Amino acid sequence: MASEAPNAATGPPPAPSPVTAITGTEVIRCIGLTKQFPGRGGAPSVKAVDNLDLAVRKGEIFGLLGPNGAGKTTTVGMLTTRVIPTSGQAIVGDIDVVAEPALAKQLIGVVPQVNTLDRSLTVFENLYFHGRYFGMGAKASRAAANELLERFKLRDRAKADTLTLSGGMAQRVMVARAILHKPAILFLDEPTAGLDPQSRIALWEVVQDLHAQGQTILLTTHYMEEADQLCDRVAIMDHGKILALDTADGLKGSIGADTEIALQADGDLDALAKLLEAGDTVTRTQVTGNVLRAYLRGSAHGALPRLIASADDAGFSITDVSVTEPTLETVFISLTGKELRE
Amino acid sequence: MTTAAIDPSLSGTTTPSASVQWSAFGALLLRDALVVWKTRWAFLLRTIMQPLLFVFVFGYVFPKIGQGIGGSAGQAQFSTLLGPGLIAVAIIFQGIQSVALPMVQEFGYTREIEDRVMAPVPVWAVGAEKIASGALQSLFAAFVVLPFVYLVPSTPVHFSFNWPVLITIVPLSCLLAGALGLTVGTRVEPRQVPLIFSVLVLPMTMLGAAYYPWTSLGAIPWLKAAVLINPLVYMCEGMRMGMTNIPHMNAFAIYGAIIGFTVALTWIGIGGFRNRVLT
Repeated sequence: MASEAPNAATGPPPAPSPVTAITGTEVIRCIGLTKQFPGRGGAPSVKAVDNLDLAVRKGEIFGLLGPNGAGKTTTVGMLTTRVIPTSGQAIVGDIDVVAEPALAKQLIGVVPQVNTLDRSLTVFENLYFHGRYFGMGAKASRAAANELLERFKLRDRAKADTLTLSGGMAQRVMVARAILHKPAILFLDEPTAGLDPQSRIALWEVVQDLHAQGQTILLTTHYMEEADQLCDRVAIMDHGKILALDTADGLKGSIGADTEIALQADGDLDALAKLLEAGDTVTRTQVTGNVLRAYLRGSAHGALPRLIASADDAGFSITDVSVTEPTLETVFISLTGKELRE
Repeated sequence: MTTAAIDPSLSGTTTPSASVQWSAFGALLLRDALVVWKTRWAFLLRTIMQPLLFVFVFGYVFPKIGQGIGGSAGQAQFSTLLGPGLIAVAIIFQGIQSVALPMVQEFGYTREIEDRVMAPVPVWAVGAEKIASGALQSLFAAFVVLPFVYLVPSTPVHFSFNWPVLITIVPLSCLLAGALGLTVGTRVEPRQVPLIFSVLVLPMTMLGAAYYPWTSLGAIPWLKAAVLINPLVYMCEGMRMGMTNIPHMNAFAIYGAIIGFTVALTWIGIGGFRNRVLT
């Protein structure tokens, strides 16, 4: 069911390794899922999600990685009953989300992008009432709320007004709230957007803990590190389509290079790219904006001086160089010809 | 509600069922009740101030200083006809204040209704809960206002309660107020809130037969006809029918209009709620 759609429009990136047949229980399935938003003010309508096929397995952390506007949030919206698909099917557990939204909602927990804590209630009450909304009795709900406050190190904030929480804390409360009714699937929409680095790492730990306990998680992110570090499998998304889907290592391996050298130089970067590709060190190059990326097999050791020397000899003045291993960003660039955060 | 089979291993302790939906509805009401309790002083103040001042100035001060209202014949029964009107106004006010204003904020800025929308009930039920919650608060407001309109005026107040009318008109009026609150709350942007008062609440109350009986408008026929689009007219006339012996509009017209407005506003309000929640 997983989509494989190498992007034909942007040159010949090495094809991502084919997705193996789904094994284990699939708890999320999208079949031809499409959402078209009508254009406003005479603008043409926009296909936010375009014929998406996707399957998420029980117990995995599945990442939708893509830039803003890729269709990640719309996809999550359709899977969580809030966005009505134009066509196609969204299934969580065994429930068709469009046909049985109230039933589907019992199976899912959602942490949206913005702080949606109930401002009229305290931190404890936010958790407690969430349990009550999901049919838990007063006693069970109170116990679950207290247990989660303890586990998420929020005990001393139980009676706090939600407006007094820091961004990281509010996010933790929202995660706690979303899992309180023990959902089969947890949706995290850009869970660390806008968080400081420390809070981000704290939230990653929370997510990894949940994963260790078998929680199925679908998260969207435009941070490649987040997808790389947290996710069992990552789908790279752009313009409403999945361009590649694999483990992070599989995706990075699909680049067919061990080292990425990003160069900035005065002069025509395309000409420089041709020059570098003509040598036998560089296997492939890509120019985005004012950055030239050269991909090589093996390490940069020894290759770097040679590259710089040959550029110098040809009259290019290199102003900046960085050497990295291929990242998911590299994969994204090779698939789309643009950077994730453009 | 169908109960499709769900792999129990998927759902942890959650057992999807129809009964969950009723308890979710109850929990949503409980949440609103707690919020009212937490803000009880503000609730009382906003409920009492307007009718108290009104009844004080027009029912106590004016007669005391000899400034008549409604001509000398009308003056004698002004306090009696004012009471039901002020109770009806309190009911409709509460619908706007307890449902519409918070909802405008929740949809416009805070998105904090999100968690309740994700409760395992159909979206329309979350909207219906807001109507129910608004209706209960309106009912409470009616009881709070009653002693003031009875005790404050300096001229005699002659209430004669018609219980069958009251126990039907009051809850119906409260539902109407909640449905109006939902309709307004789902269609107004936060920056338009001041307009709610100048464009909606003020004309509704001033032209809602609250401070004069609708039947007395015979002298201004065009106004008598024009105010019929105002649901408050029927609520005030209904309250008068249930609380006083003052001549009132035909009972069928009162019930028909209140039920009609309630159904229409519930339909529009829940439709608006769905549109705000679903994309």
